[in-house]
Amino acid sequence: MELKDLIKPENLVYDKSKLQEDEIMHYCPGCSHGVVHKLMAELIDEMGIQEKTIGIAPVGCAVFAYNYIAIDWQEAAHGRAPAVATGVSRLMPDTFVFTYQGDGDLASIGTAEIMHACNRGENILVVFINNGIYGMTGGQMAPTTLEGMVTATTPTGRDVKRNGYPLKITNLIAQLPGTSYVTRQAVHTAASVRKCKRSLKKAIQNVLDKKGTSFVEVVSTCNSGWKMTPVASNKWMEENMIPYYPLGDLKDSVKGENVLEN
Amino acid sequence: MGEIRLMKGNEVLGEAAIRCGCDGYFGYPITPQSEVMETLMLRAPWNETGMVVLQAESEVASINMVYGAAGAGKKAMTSSSSPGISLMAEGISYIAGAELPCLIVNVQRGGPGLGTIQPSQADYFQAVKGGGHGDYKLIVLAPASVQEMNDFVDLGFELAFKYRNPAMILTDGALGQMMEKVELADQKPRWTDEEIHKMSGDWATTGKPVTRKKNVITSLEMDSDVMEAKNRRFQEKYKLIEEQESRYELIQCDDADYIIVAFGTSARVCQKSVEIARSKGLKVGLLRPITLYPFPNAIIKELARKAKGFLSVEMSAGQMIEDIKLAVYEAGSNARVNYFGRMGGIIPTPGEVVDALEDKFSWELSYGVKRSY
Repeated sequence: MELKDLIKPENLVYDKSKLQEDEIMHYCPGCSHGVVHKLMAELIDEMGIQEKTIGIAPVGCAVFAYNYIAIDWQEAAHGRAPAVATGVSRLMPDTFVFTYQGDGDLASIGTAEIMHACNRGENILVVFINNGIYGMTGGQMAPTTLEGMVTATTPTGRDVKRNGYPLKITNLIAQLPGTSYVTRQAVHTAASVRKCKRSLKKAIQNVLDKKGTSFVEVVSTCNSGWKMTPVASNKWMEENMIPYYPLGDLKDSVKGENVLEN
Repeated sequence: MGEIRLMKGNEVLGEAAIRCGCDGYFGYPITPQSEVMETLMLRAPWNETGMVVLQAESEVASINMVYGAAGAGKKAMTSSSSPGISLMAEGISYIAGAELPCLIVNVQRGGPGLGTIQPSQADYFQAVKGGGHGDYKLIVLAPASVQEMNDFVDLGFELAFKYRNPAMILTDGALGQMMEKVELADQKPRWTDEEIHKMSGDWATTGKPVTRKKNVITSLEMDSDVMEAKNRRFQEKYKLIEEQESRYELIQCDDADYIIVAFGTSARVCQKSVEIARSKGLKVGLLRPITLYPFPNAIIKELARKAKGFLSVEMSAGQMIEDIKLAVYEAGSNARVNYFGRMGGIIPTPGEVVDALEDKFSWELSYGVKRSY
């Protein structure tokens, strides 16, 4: 059999989503952002909602999220994406609005905006990338930086006496009545990518069904900021990040479950 | 003729927003402007026009909600008072950088800091010179009556959309709290999706159809050459605004030797000062800038050819006087420019303005000619 005989649509096992733009990625090799972008592009495509989707990009590494997915975007000021999303979603209630934010953006400078948007139950999806560090500015301490973790502003490791404790903001979010679905996922293995995609799909469907705020945290790696190889980063994340930020649903009020233990 | 009512300035701001077809108001309570949102909440326009009114968690959130709504091509506004506007400065800079049309109202109170809840005009610099980071300008309208508080809501939106630029109504606690007769406009319908597509479809985030390019609202540009070009384009836009949108009112300036320049509440006071001065035989007129940006330079240059002096009357330490001095200097005039004002929430009286005028221009008044330097 000739190679050309194999190249047929029915034999295709994987294809890039047509909503993924042919832009050169600015993310570092090994970074989790690319995978989550891909999942969002695939889901918006598969669910047929390109025309009603508006993405709100953050300040941080994902500031250029709008370069990679072929939908309308607004680029928000640092931490303010949930407020911007509120403005869009309230005035265009039949659109699917999502914010895409990192841990510095969401859990530090934008704490007020995320808490209140979730508490009002804004009908939006929040995608929260938690890699425990400020990637864009060069690897400084984030609110989610683990105790003892070395960063550019904690060169001897995060000292909780000086810097406070790593913030499990998703656990706080899960307690707000405005949120319908709160989950913590990862994308470091093929299985976790599939699981994360299922969670994102459910979250998007919740917004389309006007069920209030859905919140998907993705525990992520920042191999550049962590000063590790991508493979070592995944291992370090499994051994250190996930024990502190355990994966799974924290709340699924659509199913009537409210799991707050982790 | 529209409906006539006796209303507070702040109430009128809310009423005018509904009637001009505004899509969304986002605000946070602060004295002396809380009646704006209170009026809107009581009127519940979501039942009538579908307008959204939302109390945000902070001014920071309010202005970013306006960013989101304006980015979708909607008519969005917020209002606050001085300390709240400082909090909004970041968002306003982003809105200017992303070229979003919206309306911001500053019902000024005395500063700095928490200051006072009494009226002030000390946010002049903040309003007309930008206010946040970067090279940008707001279109700034300064009403001097409750009627103008009403009229400038519609005008503010009109100018904002004409130039894709944020507009600000710069008023103060006195005008916000003052009750006057006002003729309200008739209810305009909100824009339909089709109208928004037609007007703003090439930039607003209305949801990307397969057939059009994606619309991205952003102020970010990593290429300095592109960023400089963008800045140059902004400056050209501001120049166009300066050429086309300057508005002012002249009161008894035709034969005036001395021109009082005052806006908003100060201008109301100074109308009386002109009367008092005239009764004393002093040829005094009043120039009332209606747009503070663009500042009415051209008329000041013209008046400076024959006027002996200008008196800038402000409820601040003297901010607008700098713009008057620039215009007089550019006119090559040697008319003197003086300042009189009160601060901290005090409104000057008509009499003390006249006293100040006689005192500051005592040389000219004694010798009858312009003082040369």
